[in-house]
Order: sequence, then C-alpha cells, then structure tokens
Amino acid sequence: MKKKGQKIYFAVIMAFLYLPLIYLIAYSFNDGKTSVWKGFTMKWYTALFNDSQIMTSLYNTLIIALLASILATVLGTLAAIGIYNFKGGVRSAIQNVSNIPIVNPEIVTGVSLMLLFTFAGTMMGFEMGFWTVLLAHIGFCTPYVILNVTPRIKQMDSSLYEAALDLGCSPVQAFFKVVLHELMPGIFSGFLISFTYSLDDFVITYFTRGSRFQTLPVQIYTMTHQRINPKANALSALLFVTVLVILIISNAVSSRKDKEAAR
Amino acid sequence: MKSKKPSIPYLGWMLVFTIVPLLMVLYYAFTDDTGAFTLNNFQNVSDYSHIFLYSLYVALISTVICLVLAYPLAFSISRCTQRKQSLIIMFLMVPMWMNFLLRVYAWVLILQSYGPLDTMLQFFGIHIKLIGNTGAIVVGMVYEFLPIMILPIHAVMSKIDDSLIEAAQDLGCNGFYVFRKVIFPLSVPGIISGVTMVFVPTASTFLVAQYLGGDQLMIGDVIERVFQFNHNTGSAIALVLMVVILGFLVFMNRFGDKEAVGR
Amino acid sequence: MKRGLCILTALMLILLSAACLTSCESSEASAEDSAKSTATADSASNAREVNVYNWGEYIAPGDDGGMNVIAEFEKRYGIKVNYTNFETNEELYNVLKNSNSSYDVIIPSDYMVARLREEGMLEKLNFDNIPNYKNIDERFLNQDFDPDSEYSVPYSWGFIAMVYNKAMIPEGELTGFHDMWNPKYENGVLMFNNSRDAMAIAMQLCDPPIDPGAKSFSEEDISRATDKLIELKECGALKKYVMDQVFTEMEGSQAAIAAYYAGDISTMMDNNEDLDYVIPEEGSNLFIDSMCIPTCCKHKENAELFINFMCEPEIAAENAAYIYYGTPNKEALELMDEDYLESELTNPPEEYLDKCYTFTNLDDKTYSRMQEDFIKACTGKASDASVVTVAVLLGLVLLATLTITVLNIRRAIRNRGRINKL
Repeated sequence: MKKKGQKIYFAVIMAFLYLPLIYLIAYSFNDGKTSVWKGFTMKWYTALFNDSQIMTSLYNTLIIALLASILATVLGTLAAIGIYNFKGGVRSAIQNVSNIPIVNPEIVTGVSLMLLFTFAGTMMGFEMGFWTVLLAHIGFCTPYVILNVTPRIKQMDSSLYEAALDLGCSPVQAFFKVVLHELMPGIFSGFLISFTYSLDDFVITYFTRGSRFQTLPVQIYTMTHQRINPKANALSALLFVTVLVILIISNAVSSRKDKEAAR
Repeated sequence: MKSKKPSIPYLGWMLVFTIVPLLMVLYYAFTDDTGAFTLNNFQNVSDYSHIFLYSLYVALISTVICLVLAYPLAFSISRCTQRKQSLIIMFLMVPMWMNFLLRVYAWVLILQSYGPLDTMLQFFGIHIKLIGNTGAIVVGMVYEFLPIMILPIHAVMSKIDDSLIEAAQDLGCNGFYVFRKVIFPLSVPGIISGVTMVFVPTASTFLVAQYLGGDQLMIGDVIERVFQFNHNTGSAIALVLMVVILGFLVFMNRFGDKEAVGR
Repeated sequence: MKRGLCILTALMLILLSAACLTSCESSEASAEDSAKSTATADSASNAREVNVYNWGEYIAPGDDGGMNVIAEFEKRYGIKVNYTNFETNEELYNVLKNSNSSYDVIIPSDYMVARLREEGMLEKLNFDNIPNYKNIDERFLNQDFDPDSEYSVPYSWGFIAMVYNKAMIPEGELTGFHDMWNPKYENGVLMFNNSRDAMAIAMQLCDPPIDPGAKSFSEEDISRATDKLIELKECGALKKYVMDQVFTEMEGSQAAIAAYYAGDISTMMDNNEDLDYVIPEEGSNLFIDSMCIPTCCKHKENAELFINFMCEPEIAAENAAYIYYGTPNKEALELMDEDYLESELTNPPEEYLDKCYTFTNLDDKTYSRMQEDFIKACTGKASDASVVTVAVLLGLVLLATLTITVLNIRRAIRNRGRINKL
C-alpha cells in the first residue's frame, strides 16, 4: 500500500516536470501559431535552421561557454591551490569573497558588472559585447571550479608531491604529473559545471552583452517575449533531445563502470 | 605546492570583477547624478518597499511548496537501489538542463486563455484566469526550482545509513519517531541548502513575473527597469536587495550550523 | 576516476553535438568571422557592415512572399546589416547614452529626434549620398523636431489607436480611451509600457485634461497622470503594461483591449480575425519616426547608403505594405494598393488628425520624473495587503528565530546534563 502511494506520488511529480516540456515539443510540429492543432509540419525546424540570427547566437553561446569554462578552470584550479596555502582567517576571508558571485543574486552581479563595464568602456573606449560577456562568465564560473577543486586538495597527500620532487622531478613536472593528476576529478566536474552554467546563463549575459551581442538564452528571450513563436518550441525540442541523449549515455557509461568495478 | 603564488591571478581578478563592481554599486547608491553624496536614492527605494515584500512573499510560498513536494520524494528516492537512484536523478535533471526561459514559456503556453488547461476547465464549466496572477508566478517558480530542492535533500538522505534506521526501529521507535529522531535531523543540512538555493533566486529573479504575472512586477524586474534610466536609484535597490539576501543567508547559516550534525 | 571518465564522455558528447549543430552554419560563421577580423584590421569606416537599430516589427521581414528588405540590401551592396530592435524611444536613448555601443542608423520618433539633436548626439546627414531624399513629401520636412531637416529622414508616420477583440466586446461599444478605465473589462486592458505614451493617454483623460503635446509639464500634471494610471490598475481593468508583447496578447485573444500604434494594429488584425480597431474620439498622438545617424556611428557612408535605399520608392512601398504605417514617401504612395490607401489606419480622416497632438522634447527633469513616476504607476501603491504580508513575514522570521534559540538552549542544557552524567 505504502509502496503504491509512493509510486503514484512519484508519477505525479514526473508528470508535473515533463508534461509542460512534452506539450512544448508537441506543438513544435503544429501547423499554425495558436494552441489549436492544425496538422503536422516540420516547417518550424526548417525555419529554425534557416534563421541565421539563431545560428549565430548558438555559435556565440558555445564559444563563450567553451572559452569561459576552460579559462575559469585554469584560473580556478591555480586559485584553489594558492588559497589552500593561506592560513585560517585570511583563507576563509578569501573564500568568502570568492563565493560572492555564487551567493549574490544574479541580477545584482549583472548590474554591478554592467556599471563596471560601462565605466571602463567610457574611460577606454570599448563597447560591451563578446569580451565583456566572456569576462563576466569567467567571473561567475571560477568560484564553482574552486568549490570543486578545494576538497580534492584537502584529500590529497602532500607527501606525493614531495616524493615526486625527491625522485628528480622539477616542481613544474611534479605539478603536472602528480598534483594535476590527483585533482583531475575535481577539475573535471568544475569544468563541466562551468560549461553548463555558462551555456544557460541569461541574467548576467543580459546585462553585460551590450546591445548587439546575442547568446542563445538572450535570443530565446527576444523570440518568446514578443509573440508565441513556434521556432522556440522547435528549439526546445532539439535542446531536450540533446540533453536527454547526453544524460542517458553518461548514465549508461557510469553504470557500466560500476559493474566493472564490482567485478 | 606550498606556494600562495598560484592564487595571485585570481586574487587580482576578484578585486577587479567582484569587489570593484560592488563598490561601484555602493558608490552609485549613495550619490546623485552629479556625483554628490545623497540619501535620496534610498528614499526612492522606499517607494518600492511593497514590491520587495511581494517578491519575498512569492519566494516564501514557492520555497515552502518546493520543500513540501520535494521532501517526501527525496526520501523515497533515497530508499531505492543505487542504480535506480542514479536513473531517477538523471530524469529529474533533464528539465533542469533546459533553458529556464523555455520552461517558463512552456507554462505561458499551457496557462494562457484558450490554452489546453483553460479549454479543459471551460469544458467543465469553470471560468477562471489561469495566467497573470500570483498563482501563475508561483507555479512557474516551483516548476523552475523543484529539482534544485530535491537534489541536495536527496544527497544527504542517501547518505543516511540504513542500519541507523534499523537500530532506531530495534530500539522500539515507531515510524514517526524514526522520522523525527533520525531521518529529519540528519536531513536538515540538505533542507537548508535546498531552501537557500531556491529562495534566493526566486526572490530576485526577473522575467518570470513578466511572462506569467499580470500587472504586478517583482523586484528583479524593477531593478532592470529603473537601471534603464537611473543608475543611482537602481544601485540603491540592488544594494538593499543584496543586504536582504545576505541577511537571509546569514540567518540560514546560523540555523544550519547549530542544527547540522555533519556538513 | 570513473566519475571523471563519465564526465569526460558527457563532455565529448556535448562538444560533438555542438559541432554537429554548428557545422551547418560554421562556414557562414567563419566567413563572417574573417569578415570581422578584416574589418578590425581595416579602418573601421571601410567595413562592409552597417548597424541598424529599429523598433520591433518595423521592417518587412520577407514572410508570406513579401520582400525581405534587409536581405535585399545585403544582396545588392554586399554590406552586412546588423539589425537589432528596441522597444521604446527611452530605451534607445539610454542605450546610446550609457552603453558605448555604436550604431549607424537609428529610427527614433519625433520628440526623441529633438532630444538627441539638442544633446548633440546626431550627425548631420550628407544629402549628396541620399539622392532618394527627393521622394519624401515636403509636408513631413522641416518639422519642429528638426527645423532645417539636417539630421533626419522621415521613415514613416502614424498615430495611436485602439484594438479590441470582437469576441469579447460587442462592436460599437468602444468609443475612446476613456472606455479602457472600465472595471467591466476585468483584467482585459493592455496599456503602453512606456512613460510617454501611457502618460499621454492618462493626461487626456484627467479632469480637467492636460495637453499631452505641451512643451513642459508641472510636477502636479505628472502626478495627476500617474494617479490616473494607478486608477486603471486599481479599478481592475488593467491586465498588463506591454510593448511588443501586445502582439502575443491580442493575436492570441488573451486580452480584450489595447491602445497601440495604428500600423501594428493592422498587423494584429491580419493575424486574428476577431480583432477590430477603434479610432479614439479623444484624439491621440501623431508621430513621425525618422532615420538618423548618431554620433557614435562608425560606418557613415554605409548608413547613408542604407537610408537612401530605404527611400527608394519600391523598397519604401514594400516596407510600408508590410508594416502598414503611413509612408512619407510620395513616390512609394503611388505604388500602394487601394486597401492601403483607403484604410483609416494608414490614412486617417482629416478631422481626426486635427484632434491629434505631437510630442515635444521635455527638459531633463520632467523627462526623468515622468519615467520614475511611470514605474511607480506600474508597481502601484503600497496596499493594505502588503502591510499584512510584512507583518506575517516578520512574524514568521521572529517565530523561527525564537524556535531555534529555544531549541538550541534546550539542546545545550540536555547535552550538559548528559556530560555531567558521564
């Protein structure tokens, strides 16, 4: 009885989470712009792929996400190692400041960066666009990298590094061969989180993009806030499938690994 | 490995992209457009106090609903086998990976007049406006943030050792007592991080009210609109919002430190 | 490590799918990129691009067999048009003033042209590069906002009317703006989401009315108009303040009445048969939107080429046929079909035009005061309900703090007891 109740409850929550998406996707095939079904069509998909603005924003989004997550990973890993070597009070102070972009409301981060970039822009004569968005993204991604790498540093046996030095590695070699290897899982998850956050960010991008640079979330905003736009439905269908495939495969891979590990 | 140097680039970065922007917000909040010191901006903020209250109110309701929905679900997931758990978590994450505007847009399509839900209700003779009110905003928020509430609660619950529960049962606890004495106290850290992760963005979000709400704006929308023509008042509102949110975080943290068993 | 591996795979997949998605346009994008890099290497003025900043839904997009005006320009001159939209004159002004963005062609309305001109934010046009300027009807030239017609080329003109849904409101019931303040249309009225247009309508309805075309407004005028707008909200008629969202709302039959620009009303009527228009008896704002070149412009010659292109009779006619606003281009007018010429929305009766007013540029103080008060009208006044909410919220917070403190003290006492026992 209890189990059955649980199952029903679970089904209800899943329906709540998935039905809106399924509805959204179903209507990407609707030949007509209203909620009345007017027959099957693929025209919105064709329109989507032919829309050069959307394609450019997709390209921008991917480039920004890739660059921002790579740079944030490098910056964050180095920072995590350095910060770890500070003592007590100073360290927690630095960590607190570093966490500001995470705990602060996104909109406050957004407007504060906008103030900075407009001010700097007027002083040095540049306009907001690709570079300011990139800087902003690195800024909010790096703390996540630090949060993911720091626990790994704590776990790491520092004698490993010394052993490498004793065995004739230069500090740089020891860093790349031993330290990085030990920290890798943390660095990876930090990178992945940065990448997804950067892909999905709307608020901070909105305030730092200037007025011409478009990323996909901003493009979605312009697409959906004026009119019901079936192209947005088509886009969500594609995003949904991409996300689903990635997650299913990663899940399958990890469960196979689990089995292998069990063997 | 003992060097603090690797953190230097990031320390500089924090100074330029975290501290300086916030100082600029502070500066703008306390000056007028000629740059002279003034407190008038805060007087203007008081005109929006009801919007603050409304936002907190929406955030509170959404957070409570999320918690009530998520808690039993997280618990029942955490009692499944490892494989099933990771599968379910994956399915919870799929909607989270979709762009947040598209998710809100899905609800616009569903709740709009002559939309599917409205048509259904009309069929049963019920005539109510589904969109353009606080209820619609709350539904949107719950939809956005439910997975974010489930994940941290599930994370702590899945770490609760089954033998603890069995031990409690052996010692004569009935179901309710097991929950009160074992499961609930151990899940508090998860609840706290879940509540924080939901409350902060719901209180400060912008656009959701524009999509789903009616004539009532939320504080995020007001910040964006005021910033369009008055950086000073806008900064003052952002500053107040930041202080409110930080106050909330400190409050939650105290709560957490005292109650949490192991974090 | 296995988690790392799984993440790695996930990542590869993301990149792979991303590559797939972008591959279809990568050639285009890279071409664009190289164009950009040569642009920066070149002196900026020679770059083959022009940045156009226009109202939303205000250029023919080439849907439904019409001409895609931008694509046509790009094809003919090989100049890339970076086309972006603004929603209100105020937004345009703020972007130009605050964001360091550079635009080559902007299309503000009359009073904004005056404002930008007076602040020295517009370039004088070189009419040698705009030979098609001769097509512009003289009655649109030398207006107050640009007395010597040195800075602007009229793009289109129009006025504000009302659109309503026949399925919700019987025909003939609406006569003017005052009908919008009727609680009967519960949650059904859409109002302009920009201070100038919304305040103007409110001013017309104030008792006694304030002339929205006045050169300046006193603080009292503005607060009276604000109160009138708050009344719209408090009587329950208002659904939302909207700009471009009006299309979704009206075309999707989500709202009953809206006041909006006449040209856009025809577009909405094309997309939803239930819609019809009313020309408000009070009269309304008559506006001329003009193409200008701001001082932040980096491609002045391309900009003038674009303006000239837009003044070509065929292009102007195609464009007017889509946007359905009045065209100041007398040659284009010859090419228009009868529907267009006879529509009241593009060609309102003379006696109506006499009731209309135009906006003038306001001084800084009035200008920002209007915007501030408008946001206050949008957010309404603090109501009793919110006071109750405060009390409840504060009460909850207090209660929670108290509970925690009590719990902590109890626990501390208990623990001490236990320790003592040990």
